[in-house]
Order: sequence, then C-alpha cells, then structure tokens
Amino acid sequence: MSRIRFRQQSVIPGFGLTFGFTIFYLALIVLIPIAGLYARTFELDWESFRQIVTGPRFLAALKLSFGASLLAALFNAVIGVVIAWVLVRYDFPGRRIVDAIVDLPFALPTAVAGIALTAIYAPSGWVGSLFAPYGIRIAYTPLGIWIALVFIGLPFVVRTVQPVLQDFNRETEEAAATLGASRRRTIWSVMLPTLLPAVLTGFALAFARAVGEYGSVIFIAGNIPRQTEILPLLIVFRLEEFNYPAAAAIAAVMLTASFLILLAINLIQAWSQGRYSHG
Amino acid sequence: MADTLALAAHAAPRGWRSPISEPRTIRRVLIGLTIVLLGLFLILPLAAVFVEALRLGVGRFLVTFGNPDARAAIWLTLLVAAVAVPCNLVFGVAAAWAIAKHEFRGRAFLISLIDLPFSVSPVVAGLVYILLLGSNSAIGGFLLENYDLRIIFAVPGIVLATIFVTFPFIARELIPLMQDQGTGDEEAALSLGASGWQTFRHVTLPNVKWALLYGVLLCNARAMGEFGAVAVLSGKLRGETVTMPLQVELFYNEYQSVAAFSLASLLAALALVTLVVKSWLEWRYADQLAAGARAH
Repeated sequence: MSRIRFRQQSVIPGFGLTFGFTIFYLALIVLIPIAGLYARTFELDWESFRQIVTGPRFLAALKLSFGASLLAALFNAVIGVVIAWVLVRYDFPGRRIVDAIVDLPFALPTAVAGIALTAIYAPSGWVGSLFAPYGIRIAYTPLGIWIALVFIGLPFVVRTVQPVLQDFNRETEEAAATLGASRRRTIWSVMLPTLLPAVLTGFALAFARAVGEYGSVIFIAGNIPRQTEILPLLIVFRLEEFNYPAAAAIAAVMLTASFLILLAINLIQAWSQGRYSHG
Repeated sequence: MADTLALAAHAAPRGWRSPISEPRTIRRVLIGLTIVLLGLFLILPLAAVFVEALRLGVGRFLVTFGNPDARAAIWLTLLVAAVAVPCNLVFGVAAAWAIAKHEFRGRAFLISLIDLPFSVSPVVAGLVYILLLGSNSAIGGFLLENYDLRIIFAVPGIVLATIFVTFPFIARELIPLMQDQGTGDEEAALSLGASGWQTFRHVTLPNVKWALLYGVLLCNARAMGEFGAVAVLSGKLRGETVTMPLQVELFYNEYQSVAAFSLASLLAALALVTLVVKSWLEWRYADQLAAGARAH
C-alpha cells in the first residue's frame, strides 16, 4: 500500500527544526498579523464597510493611486525594455556604472527620494523653475506623484528583462535575418514576444510597488483631499483619527489588490514556462 | 597564411552592418536616451540631496550631526538594524535549509508566502501590527497591563515593522542558490561521518557565504531606510522613537531644509556604499550568487 508522503526521505538532517522554525516565524511575523487585519475588517457590518469604500474621498484616492501607478508602470515598462536592451547589447564607456545606478531606487530610502524629488520639481527647484513660467506645476500635482512612482518602479522591468535578453539565442536573430526579415521585423515579431512574459512580470511588480508606495510620494504630492491624496495616506489619516475599522477596511482593499497582482504574476510565469520550456 | 585568411574574413567592408545589430545612429540614440532618462530620474535626485545639504556651507551641514534629536535618530536606526537583520538572517538560513535541501509538498507555495511582504504596502505593514498589538487590542492590552510592555508607538514596534518589510531579503538570495547547488556536498560530508552541524558549518556555509553577504547588504539598506511602516507605528516621540528617515521628515516639515538634507545625505551615502559593494559582489562572485539574484 503506497501512501503519499509529505516529504521525501533524505539523509540531510535538520528538516524538522528548520521547517518548524520557518513556519513559526512566518506565522508570527507575517501570516497572523495579516489574518488579524481581515478579522478586524469583518467586525464591520456590511453597511459601514460599504460606506467606507464608496465614500468620495476614498474613491478619489483609489482612482489616483491605481491610475498614477498604472501610468507610471506603463512608462517604466517601455523605458525598462530600452534600458535593458542598451545595457545588454551595446558597449559604451561607463556601462557598468549605468548598470549599477539602475538599482538606486532599491537602495535609496524612500523618504530621501521624496524630499529630493520635491526639491527638484517644486516651482523654485532645478526642473520646476523651468516649467513654472509656462504655468506648469509638477510638484504638488498628480504629475509629481507620477514622477515619484516612475522613480521607485524604474528598476523592476530592467531587472526582469535583462537576464532573458542576456540568454537570448542570437542564432534565432540570424535565422530571422537570413529568412529576409528586416531588423525591425525581427525585433517586433521574434524578440519582443519572447521578452513579453518578463516585461509583464516587471510591469506587475512595478505596479504593485507603486500602489503601496508612501515615502517618496507624500512629500511631492501636496496631499490635497480628493486631488492629490493617495490610498496609503488615507490609511494614515484614519489611523491618526483612531478610526481603526476604516483604516483596516481600506488596507484590506489594498491587500486584496496586491494578492490579485501576485496571482497575476504567478499566472504569467506559469504561462511563459508552458510556452518556452526553458522558462 | 591562415592568419591573413582569418583577418580577411573578419574585416568587414565599409558601410557594412551586422544583420543582427541596429544601425549606428539608432544605437547612439538609444544609448543617449538611456543616459538622459537615468540622469533625469535617478542621478538628479541623488545630486539634489548633497547640493541641498551643502547649500549653506560645510559648517551648517555638520551642525546637524551635533543635534541631539539627529544623534538619537542615528543610534535608534543602528539599533533597529542590529536587531532586525540578524533575526531575518537566522530565518533566511533556516528557511533555505528546509526548502532547498529537502523535498516536500507545497515548497513553491511556501516560497510565495515568504515573498509576500514585498507586495504589501509599508503603511499596511505598520497597520497590521497596530491592530494586533496596539494598547486597545487583546494581546497589546495584556502585555501593557501585566508586564508594562508597550510595543506600538515604542521601539519594539519599530523593530517588528522593520523585520516585516525586510523579511524576504536573505531567504530569497539563499533559496535559489542552495537549490542549484543540490545536496551532493552535504551527503558526502555526512557519509564521511560529519555531524549535521559540522556539515552546515564547514560545507554549506562556505558555499553560500557571498550570497549571504549580498542578502545581508540589501536587508540592511532597507532596514535602515524604511519609512512608511515605521512612520505609522512610531508615534514620533523625539529622541525616543524617531529613526533617521523619520527625523528627516520632521526636519523637513519644520522647514529646516538644510538639516533634513544633511541627515538625508547620510542615508544617501549608505545607499551609494550599498550599491558599490553590491556591484562589486556581482562582478567578482557572479558564479557564487543566485542566478536570479538581480531580479528583485
């Protein structure tokens, strides 16, 4: 009689201890607190939950957070492919430095990025003062929020596309060229479809990060209710009013959105692995 | 003779272009575009931090670091990182050992759960602890009444939130690398009579030391720079529960711009050091880091 085993036998010791500790620590730090958030949301009755998530201030923040994040992630997807292409395919002086600089948004604390971007794009700043005479304001408008979100999301697409492009078999390009395809056609119909799963994954990661971003946005946003107020900031305001159920409800909406994005990323990866066996 | 032939085969005629490359003009435009974009979006903000910090001279810049609030913030940031990073280091090694060196059901799912904190907004991360451990919650109230232990709006909460946001960093560097390395080395050591601990200490650890350092580096950078999660549950008591990024915000909101940017320049310098060491590790020990290490 065969029994499906949870774990395959192996001579490597320490499974019980390390697995047990992993689950314990994961539950303590991540799973229980997140479950607690949902439990807190369910304490609300349906009518109050509905009132919170259909309030005009909430809806405006929702639209701004998801809209600006979408536009920033789209922009990052396009320039991410260009930057990855340049870094993998072309050789030029300082390429290694440029490559290292791409990770700056991962390393620079968000609050530092926030005040620096505000200093540049404020009406008196280096870039802001160039646009101010034409009546274009960047900081304290949705445009400023978009710039901050482009900043923090920039590395994602570059870093997901780069390894795929590095491993891309150049003989495929040669084959396309010998079959008479123009360079443009080779790139559009042969290379970009192969890069697509990586681009989509990077896009989803950048989008998820942008929706939840707080530190780099709040300085440049101006935080005017219904105009430049993002969802995470709305949670902070509710907390400061000690309105915990409302804060929990907004957070539950955001958390559910991140779970859906995470699911989408996993589906993209499963799909691309099915399509290209080497994944 | 053979040399001449090889030369002739490689010397391309003028105006000839490889069919698998782009015309020179397009190449130059794309390189230029990359440099302009990165300059505008990344270099400019970084430069602004240092320029604004030194706007009123080196003297005013240095004054910030004599400010007692700023000093307390620097110490608190070091303390928080000194607790959070080792916690996640132990977890990362344990999780990698369990996941990469053993076969069991649901491994992929467990890896997804470990990555979860990356997709949670920092503000939400702070909020979940307030709901669970705040003084009006069951656990928080119990701890406060019986042990006089305050977690939220105090240092333990800041540490917890930092552990949450840096949770996956070390585990995700180690797991793919240790999976690639397989269990052959460990099995050899064990069959030669080494104990489990000896095997880990003398076989596994040397194999992953650079990846471990890489993970610690990224974990530390995030731990010292975290803003959102910490901002929500710090309570911002000056000199007590204010970390460096929070002190930057406090200075900035009080229109002490030079002080804000001076303290921020310290964090920016930390980011630059992190980038340099990270690039050096990638360049020098590329083969000893996980293949997917760069895709965060």
